[in-house]
Amino acid sequence: MTTPARGSLLGIEHLETKEILRLLQLARRMNPQKARPLLRGKRIVLLFYEASTRTRTSFEFAAKALGATTTLVLSSGSSIEKGESIIDTGNTLRAVGADCIVMRHPAAGAPHFMAKHLDIPIVNAGDGMHEHPSQALLDAVTILKHKKSLKGLQATIIGDIFHSRVARSACHLLTRMGVKMTLCGPPELVPDVAATLMPGLRLTRHIEEALRGTDVIMLLRVQSERLAGLKIQLQDYIARYQMTAARLKLAKRDAIVMHPGPIIRGLELTAEVADCPQSVIVDEVRNGVPTRMAILARALGRA
Amino acid sequence: MKSKSLLIKGGHVIDPAAKIDAAMDVLLRDGRVAEIAAPNKIRASAEEKFDARGLIVAPGFIDLHVHLREPGQGYKETIATGTAAAAAGGFTSVCTMPNTAPVVDTADWVNWLRSPERGAVVNVFPIAAATRASQGQSLTDFSALQQAGAVAVTDDGKPILNDDTMRAALQLGAELNLAVVQHAEDTRLTEGCSMHFGATSFRLGLRGMSGAAEAGIVERDVTLAQQIQNSRLHVAHLSTADALKAVRRGKRAKARVTCEVTPHHFTLLDENVGEYNTHFKMNPPLRSIADREAIVAALSDGTVDAIATDHAPHAAHEKQVEFERAAFGITGLETALALAISQLHREHKIPLTRIVELFTSGPARVFDLKQRGSLARGSFGDVTIFDPKKRWRFEAARSRSLSRNTPFDGWQFTGKVMATIVGGKIVYLAD
Repeated sequence: MTTPARGSLLGIEHLETKEILRLLQLARRMNPQKARPLLRGKRIVLLFYEASTRTRTSFEFAAKALGATTTLVLSSGSSIEKGESIIDTGNTLRAVGADCIVMRHPAAGAPHFMAKHLDIPIVNAGDGMHEHPSQALLDAVTILKHKKSLKGLQATIIGDIFHSRVARSACHLLTRMGVKMTLCGPPELVPDVAATLMPGLRLTRHIEEALRGTDVIMLLRVQSERLAGLKIQLQDYIARYQMTAARLKLAKRDAIVMHPGPIIRGLELTAEVADCPQSVIVDEVRNGVPTRMAILARALGRA
Repeated sequence: MKSKSLLIKGGHVIDPAAKIDAAMDVLLRDGRVAEIAAPNKIRASAEEKFDARGLIVAPGFIDLHVHLREPGQGYKETIATGTAAAAAGGFTSVCTMPNTAPVVDTADWVNWLRSPERGAVVNVFPIAAATRASQGQSLTDFSALQQAGAVAVTDDGKPILNDDTMRAALQLGAELNLAVVQHAEDTRLTEGCSMHFGATSFRLGLRGMSGAAEAGIVERDVTLAQQIQNSRLHVAHLSTADALKAVRRGKRAKARVTCEVTPHHFTLLDENVGEYNTHFKMNPPLRSIADREAIVAALSDGTVDAIATDHAPHAAHEKQVEFERAAFGITGLETALALAISQLHREHKIPLTRIVELFTSGPARVFDLKQRGSLARGSFGDVTIFDPKKRWRFEAARSRSLSRNTPFDGWQFTGKVMATIVGGKIVYLAD
């Protein structure tokens, strides 16, 4: 077992605060339209064991904006399908000349495992229910476009926190930056144990209580098939936790509404909220590219 | 055949079954205990002598729960390598689990396991499958399996989930005086889980097994055991405080309910999984601190009948994978006594006599292994000699097991097995 290569980004939990700050600063300086080719000649593999639209494309655009060559490897249609182990896949990609691997995997900890066995930087693009560090960073970048500073803000995450890597990474990052976090949802989706993630995390079952005085509202997608498995009625969920225009009024007047996507209108939020001036959902997607440029530049030592 | 004899001289005998805790000499002859007497009182001559000064001389240790992987999975472990590891850990008898390939569900396979060709260096007591291919449907032929030498039945690796099947197994077991060993896990609640449900599993984004998934099955089984006269229920690798409550209830009601606990469950916690270390992945999983405290208390107060290792060897490629995909289980034969002494005796002040009981007469009673677990005259000449004060370092690379999947690699221990004697013959000597 070895330590991950310099420049790896496996999660927010163990990322030093000064590294978070450096990435946020770098992300805000990156411009996809006029970037210097910092990564010219670098080969970046996008290794995706799980479906993705926005994360994959934005990593690809980010890499290309910096002049890197990218190649996409999907678990279907590759040797992975034939039963190749993750380390063997990693070694193969390393041998053909990969300088960095951006990896999404359905198993929590898979990128950490890869990083222990490879000497090139590994960037976690989402591992199971564990972490999604680039999403947390782009969310922080998005918040900073609307708020002066993260410190002192109140943020509320509503929905399926148990299954959400976005929620875990966001909690780690925002708490570290001095944001007061509240988690809200039914016990099936927000178990009591969620409060142990870090000190100072508040947990409530009541959306009204969660929203009062909040600056940032982060909604998570509700997967109806998952709810069925947990024996929750969709109508109940909507009644208790859907983000509506009326509920939005409980938050601070200048509160922003965020969502990592894909959004399901009429479920976790109404169309009215999705399209309201306070919604920054499309901004988040837009900020994905510069944020991931910063992550890749750092990964390859060009930042 | 010429009679063989071995005199173990100068040691301190701890034999809880015979209520001995004193300096004694032990003479083994023809594979049996011929004499046990105060120092220098044995007059008979012996061909061989073992100097046990400064050491504890105990009845041979019995492990109720090992996976020796044969038939069919010789790349993980063989009976020869697994029993060599057992000998190095002080175990003179091991009870083997039937979840092999194929499953040990016929008398033929029980005979195969017991055949001298397997190269076992300690006694092997097969536990046979309770249901055909351990599919949980129809019961195996308990009587034929018992006659072939099976000491108990189980579907270990999986639970006997169906109420009627479990009832029928306990009923048939009662008629034959055969224990039914339950892997207590309500698999309807643990699908996709790879560790204990708690703060650590939440942090790591892993699905967790609740304590209730174990306790629920134990509660049901204890209730069944109370209803079915003469039935014998043994709870394998018990790991939760709530399951212990159910076992206590059964014992108070005089039901024949027994249970075992593993060294890793009385030593480690769920948080030791750290950052997805697959050497800390086993089933049942490492639990909470409250569970561990309850287990230590139950080891001390007599609720737990035996320490069993659940020795579960796996090849490197089965552990060197993503945590959620890694095989469940760790090796444990060579570290069990050291962990018991280091954790239970030194840390929690449980007397050595009780620890020896948990390795000897305790397990012998669970499966009714006659003339084992004691050094009373006439017993089998199985002896474990250990130094409770010796410091040593366990190195996985030097393990006798074919596999290396242990969380204890590099651990510094106090308490070491110095010699293991099976049927009067020394099968292991510490270097």
